[in-house]
Amino acid sequence: MAKNNSLHPNSNGETDDSPNMLVYRKMEDVIARMQDEKNGIPIRTVKSFLSKIPSVFSGSDIVQWLLKNLCIEDQVEALHLGTLMAAHGYFFPISDHVLTLKDDGTFYRFQTPYFWPSNCWEPENTDYAVYLCKRTMQNKARLELADYEAESLARLQRAFARKWEFIFMQAEAQAKVDKKRDKIERKILDSQERAFWDVHRPVPGCVNTTEVDIKKSSRMKNPHKTRKSVYGLQNDIRSHSPTHTPAPEAKQPTEEELREQIKFWQAQLDRHRLKMSKVAESLLSYTEQYSDYDPFLSTPDPSNPWISDDTTLWEMEASKEPGQTRVRRWGFGIDEVLKDPVGREQFLKFLESEFSSENLRFWLAVQELKRRPIREVPTRVQEIWEEFLAPGAPSAINVDSKSYDKTTQNIKDPGRYAFEDAQEHIYKLMKSDSYSRFIRSSAYQELLQAKKKKSKNLF
Amino acid sequence: MACQGLAKGETTNTLKAESESLKAKLEEERAKLHDVELHQVAEKIDALGQFVMKTRRTLKGHGNKVLCMDWCRDKRRIVSSSQDGKVIVWDAYTTNKEHAVTMPCTWVMACAYAPSGCAVACGGLDNKCSVYPLSLDKNENLAAKKKSVAMHTNYLSSCSFTNSDMQILTSSGDGTCALWDVESGQLLQSFHGHSADVLSLDLAPSETGNTFVSGGCDKKANVWDMRSGQNVQSFETHESDINNVKYYPSGDAFATGSDDATCRLYDLRADREVAIYSKDSIIFGASSVDFSLSGRLLFAGYNDYTINVWDVLKGTRVAILFGHENRVSTVRVSPDGTAFCSGSWDNTLRIWA
Repeated sequence: MAKNNSLHPNSNGETDDSPNMLVYRKMEDVIARMQDEKNGIPIRTVKSFLSKIPSVFSGSDIVQWLLKNLCIEDQVEALHLGTLMAAHGYFFPISDHVLTLKDDGTFYRFQTPYFWPSNCWEPENTDYAVYLCKRTMQNKARLELADYEAESLARLQRAFARKWEFIFMQAEAQAKVDKKRDKIERKILDSQERAFWDVHRPVPGCVNTTEVDIKKSSRMKNPHKTRKSVYGLQNDIRSHSPTHTPAPEAKQPTEEELREQIKFWQAQLDRHRLKMSKVAESLLSYTEQYSDYDPFLSTPDPSNPWISDDTTLWEMEASKEPGQTRVRRWGFGIDEVLKDPVGREQFLKFLESEFSSENLRFWLAVQELKRRPIREVPTRVQEIWEEFLAPGAPSAINVDSKSYDKTTQNIKDPGRYAFEDAQEHIYKLMKSDSYSRFIRSSAYQELLQAKKKKSKNLF
Repeated sequence: MACQGLAKGETTNTLKAESESLKAKLEEERAKLHDVELHQVAEKIDALGQFVMKTRRTLKGHGNKVLCMDWCRDKRRIVSSSQDGKVIVWDAYTTNKEHAVTMPCTWVMACAYAPSGCAVACGGLDNKCSVYPLSLDKNENLAAKKKSVAMHTNYLSSCSFTNSDMQILTSSGDGTCALWDVESGQLLQSFHGHSADVLSLDLAPSETGNTFVSGGCDKKANVWDMRSGQNVQSFETHESDINNVKYYPSGDAFATGSDDATCRLYDLRADREVAIYSKDSIIFGASSVDFSLSGRLLFAGYNDYTINVWDVLKGTRVAILFGHENRVSTVRVSPDGTAFCSGSWDNTLRIWA
């Protein structure tokens, strides 16, 4: 069978690599391999009761081929992939409108490249009307309309009442041509045509695989490629699909943009990078540290509410009494304490007991500042300045002179980031000083041992 | 004058050449530190056991494709949005619907839950992001209190509250991201740098950080400084659209899901792609990704109706989950990591654990 490469470069010399095409290309590569004379699926003609069934292979043939040639370990997965390929119309069951794959002796046939989805078909209802009409003219049991098709035909007759004569004539003309064809050839072509319509007018309840993500549909590179009529009918509908606007010519970057790009690359080159080995170790140790907290890796105590239908876990977490595992997590790093509202509370309590809570309170106030509506920012900035940084401030914090000067400048035109430098400095201070004292404190250690203590008191 | 035009053309070409050569040099520098593969280092850790992950809840009620969802911080409520214009708030634990809003446009591609749990944001083909306060009064018409916050010049692809109900970060088909003040609708910062639609964004999980990552149809993943609006790091190794980006829980790395049928992990310190998650048998695009709490597992939803679960460190697939009857459009892990939710074009959402 001649391979129809519908993915030839267009007039600009570009191949269409839009998301849809990428998938079609991959499926078509698989199909090409399936059709390979040596390593493909053996296609045969089967002698049935009164006639021959040409050009078929069985569902299990497909499944076996997929398992072997695509390194799939699981029959279920092979069946699923095969079903998708059938749903897109690349091969189809010869006796069923529903495009699914069965792992048994059911017969399948390959679709002709003319009807492949990569040809960007968007067949109109006039074509569908011609097709259904044609089917009613051919007295063959295998061409009888299914219920849903008969309903569609009735609807189309009403919708196209005024041009029905034209449609009828087309159908007649085609039926005439079809009659002249070789019997075997007809069987094959009829089934392929039917499979095409099963993709574009699927059985009610079946997935319509031609549906596109609207975000991507407007980016088809070559809108003129969209084929709207299967039977060469001219339609008085717009020749242009409404979702396919011509892609704008890729803008050439301006001189200024190029200079910006150069600056960007230079900045990236100056970046300090870590070796892969170091990074890998870091990822491993982070994951290791948190695996006890990952409900997909360690069963939560007492249970996962979604599995056990018991919400005790959530009730425990909502209580003000932090459990041992939760307290242990605060020891992983200062961010864990700052992230957890109970952790923050305990940290603050500890610092207050030492009369050194101004750093944390400043840090929290600045975090809060950044969360407020922009309207409140100038007032808040002033309040924070007065409380923590102004000469004679009641909760004076110790910031390096550089940050202090910068902040003094910033508050003249107060924005959400007025205290950014100061906050960064204070964070580093807390991390190295207050936080480590907190973790070593008896207050924290007691919380950590709390469970053990409790169980001791039971006796 | 003709000769001026010629000079200008030459400058543009020289600049272009310079830009390209710097870019190539950057790739060289990045490659120099590539002394080992992540999965090689991960050989020393134990393989994960067999997973039993099942659908624990199925949420039915949308009349058309589910496009997006987000978790409430209470770990059980979710908000979801659909092609039919409906935004629904559910108690996923009981599967009860608690609120429903009908948007004036179809294809509501983005939705987000406010940190307080008292509001939701959503938008899509209307090019806007609107915030709806959630009323305790079931009879109150939520649409009446709607607040229009963001305005883009193309569809809204993604939205996220920062650590506060007062700011929203958005990404759009117009190629930009933007930070907005909810109360006034004022644009606080805009982010330019993508050369095509931006499809997804994720805020860094740091207490001190002011960064976020975005991915788009230009195949790039960009890291941004929220304060300055600058693009601080950029990665371009995918072969097609990046549909979704998510930070690794430590904030040092992020994962992407793309139409090229792969998911990839990029590390910010190594400044490069450090892992690819792919298989010959996976040929449909990955629409959505999220990490388990420890970062060991990556859940990825695909356009072939499945969810693949990857071992992030070893690079292998540990499970494939069937169940949805059409494309999986969104996957998100719950705030405490006890479950993840998937939304699909089959009109349903599923909770897996």
